[in-house]
Amino acid sequence: MSERQGPRRQHYLNATWGLKSWLLTKDHKRIAILYLLGITVFFFIGGLFAVLIRLELATPAGDMVQPDTYNRLFTMHGVMMIFFFLIPSIPAVLGNFLIPLMIGAKDLAFPKLNLASWYIYMLGGSFALWAMFNGGVDTGWTFYTPFSTTFSNSYVIATALGIFILGFSSILTGLNFVVTIHRMRAPGLTWFRLPLFVWAQYATSLIQILGTPVLAVTILLVAAERLLHIGIFDPALGGDPVLFQHLFWFYSHPAVYIMVLPSMGVISELITAFARKRIFGYQFVAFASIAIAVLGFLVWGHHMFVSSQSVYAGVVFSFLSMFVAVPSAVKVFNWTATLYQGSISWDTPMLYALGFIGLFTIGGLTGVMLSTLGIDIHVHDTYFVVAHFHYIMVGGAIMGYLGGLHFWWPKITGRLYPVFWSKLSALMIFVGFNLTFFPQFLLGYMGMPRRYHAYPEEFQVLNVMSSAGATILGVGYLIPMIYFVWSMRYGERASSNPWGAVGLEWETTSPPPSHNFLEPPTVDHEAYDYVRRAQEQRVA
Amino acid sequence: MNQGKGFWESLPLFPERASTLASEVDTLYFFTVAVAIFFSLLVAALVLYFAVRYRRRHPNEVGQPEKTITWLEITWSVIPFLILMVMFVWGAKVFFIAFRPPSNAVEYYVVGKQWMWKFQHPQGKREINDLHVPVGQPIKLTMTSEDVIHSFFVPAFRIKADVLPGRYTTAWFEATKAGAYHIFCAEYCGTEHSRMGGTIHVMEPRDYEAWLEQDAPTDERLLSGEELFAKYVCNTCHYPDSSARAPILYGIFGEQAELADGSRVLVDENYLRESILNPTAKIVAGYQALMPTYQGQVGEEELIQLIAYIKGLEPAGGGEQTASGGSTAQETAP
Repeated sequence: MSERQGPRRQHYLNATWGLKSWLLTKDHKRIAILYLLGITVFFFIGGLFAVLIRLELATPAGDMVQPDTYNRLFTMHGVMMIFFFLIPSIPAVLGNFLIPLMIGAKDLAFPKLNLASWYIYMLGGSFALWAMFNGGVDTGWTFYTPFSTTFSNSYVIATALGIFILGFSSILTGLNFVVTIHRMRAPGLTWFRLPLFVWAQYATSLIQILGTPVLAVTILLVAAERLLHIGIFDPALGGDPVLFQHLFWFYSHPAVYIMVLPSMGVISELITAFARKRIFGYQFVAFASIAIAVLGFLVWGHHMFVSSQSVYAGVVFSFLSMFVAVPSAVKVFNWTATLYQGSISWDTPMLYALGFIGLFTIGGLTGVMLSTLGIDIHVHDTYFVVAHFHYIMVGGAIMGYLGGLHFWWPKITGRLYPVFWSKLSALMIFVGFNLTFFPQFLLGYMGMPRRYHAYPEEFQVLNVMSSAGATILGVGYLIPMIYFVWSMRYGERASSNPWGAVGLEWETTSPPPSHNFLEPPTVDHEAYDYVRRAQEQRVA
Repeated sequence: MNQGKGFWESLPLFPERASTLASEVDTLYFFTVAVAIFFSLLVAALVLYFAVRYRRRHPNEVGQPEKTITWLEITWSVIPFLILMVMFVWGAKVFFIAFRPPSNAVEYYVVGKQWMWKFQHPQGKREINDLHVPVGQPIKLTMTSEDVIHSFFVPAFRIKADVLPGRYTTAWFEATKAGAYHIFCAEYCGTEHSRMGGTIHVMEPRDYEAWLEQDAPTDERLLSGEELFAKYVCNTCHYPDSSARAPILYGIFGEQAELADGSRVLVDENYLRESILNPTAKIVAGYQALMPTYQGQVGEEELIQLIAYIKGLEPAGGGEQTASGGSTAQETAP
């Protein structure tokens, strides 16, 4: 390795040393790394619960753990993965690291607030972990009332309080991003020259700011009923249990877009970089993000078609849910069209991007099936739903996250990772994922309800396939863990632009200096202008 | 694909089709699956073709300049939208069938509680976790819960409806094939959620009649609606010759009642339930808020009996059935 030639270059990782320099940092890049550590811990805790769930479900009898334990496992799996991993994942790690770099800024608008957001996140996470180690919570991540307020004997309030605190981190991060994107773009970087990742993050931030307070209020109401027996949701106290579902899904449906929109943003970056081509229909893709964010607030009732909600409300929500499918379809078609006449490399991040397109397409189409009222009656609350949202959240959000991590890892650490192992693990994740979750569509249509600890024997074949797939998937996730850590010390040093991509983040060094750019950049061209770059190179 | 035959046979893909709704739902499902397969394959084929056809051949190669083609963007927005609208309309049609019981449906009652299902036949016979029904008879289920939210799910019938505490929800089906089918609770309800199931036994009408004749051996008998009406001394006021003034209940079910505040309300199961448990919530015009609450005194199954009894009261004058409990021993007034 050809390191240590000449004087050591200063960058954000070696600018200062010691734990304090990290825990008190105001550098968005270091805060991104702090988040990366936090969410990775929660991802593996959530993943461990998934392993135990799949082990239990390998046989029809509920014979490995007690029913109460099983109920805690799937609840904690959902809580950890959704609130403490997926919601912060791309925004807090990649968004934090990249937004200032992509727009040519020195940092986010409010660096101290950014650090405070991380502490709030960790505090919320600590509450949830405390609740978990004390016995956990068994309400399902959906906390449906009156079970959660009156009947459950588990740590509902401690866990919900963790989520309540976490919510402020999400709101503040969103606020920070919105202000940054409005106020700190480099000269010449107009809205329609922004990378689409920034557009996606902007749309996501709006949801975080507008949706999360509703979740906070809902949690407070649950706590008020559980602690003070104020009748809000429990009919025995004069409340309405369906009110909870309206409030919960008013946040939690848009929250799905908090998870998947940033991932779509990443995919737009990956497809353009590895096809070396400007995105097809830039404005359509950009506005599709905004359309998804807005329409996402109008479809919550599709979680409640069989909840006793009025039949007419069901019809309206079904109708509106069909609309939200259109901008998602537009994105998929535009990504596909971008590949046409591109110059396509099969580097690891691109494998994730192509995998994303396939899995997200299946996830989206099955989502449309679930929005179709006549089908939802049968498959609601079955494994069909479980399969669908894993295609969106794992096949969509996590594929995008991992693809993005592989794409920007050289920028973040200044190191390359091993090509063979990274391609192998990308393949294992794709195959393992499909083997895990595709059988669950069939299980759902067969009628297996979700959250079942034990099940009739005719469901076993498909459950065994799913558990086998989960094993491959699990190993697929462990391999990147190992080579990423390995690469930080032993990986080949990365140039400032190892993929030959365009974008301001590739114009600074890898890793970037503390203030991102040695000279403040200016922008005089569109995003993803590979033709112009090729001409410049020819001239040079 | 002969070598995998045993495997494919053991791989279940569809639940049994045992109700009139099942084929409606399945046909719609096949249509949407066909749409999903078409678009998935289209996208996958294009992505793979482009990724191979336009693979990078030189390290410095870049893609062709992009041209935005607006008509293409509009086309691939509008075509999916039209297909989505077909799915929406068709789905809504099936949904209306699923949630609108035919007028000749016979009413059965369902009470969910952690972790069992209690059923009552129109003839008064009761069962737990097993439900016997005849083929070819539309059956309406009126359901409530004693504790948390449950969901009544019969995959073979393609029906599902949440069962809530504090109100009544309904579902209906017409079984088409004799056999035994799963009942599942589909809404997570606590520790033994996955064991809150049962079996629905669909029988030929003759067998069902024979089954009804057999006496349920151990089941303690529940008081009938009429007996409860007397037990809770409803009859002292809700009776034409009573000295106390209370609305007479003959023939009120399904009609509009005018309330003291001038609004009107449909007299249905949920209204009757509220009027028993929380009588002062909606006062009928011309009456006073005198009735005491029965909250906590009348159990869910007794409520169902009482409501069924009130529903059966024929309009005044025409009924051989009377609300009079005069001959029954009167207990202390509440």
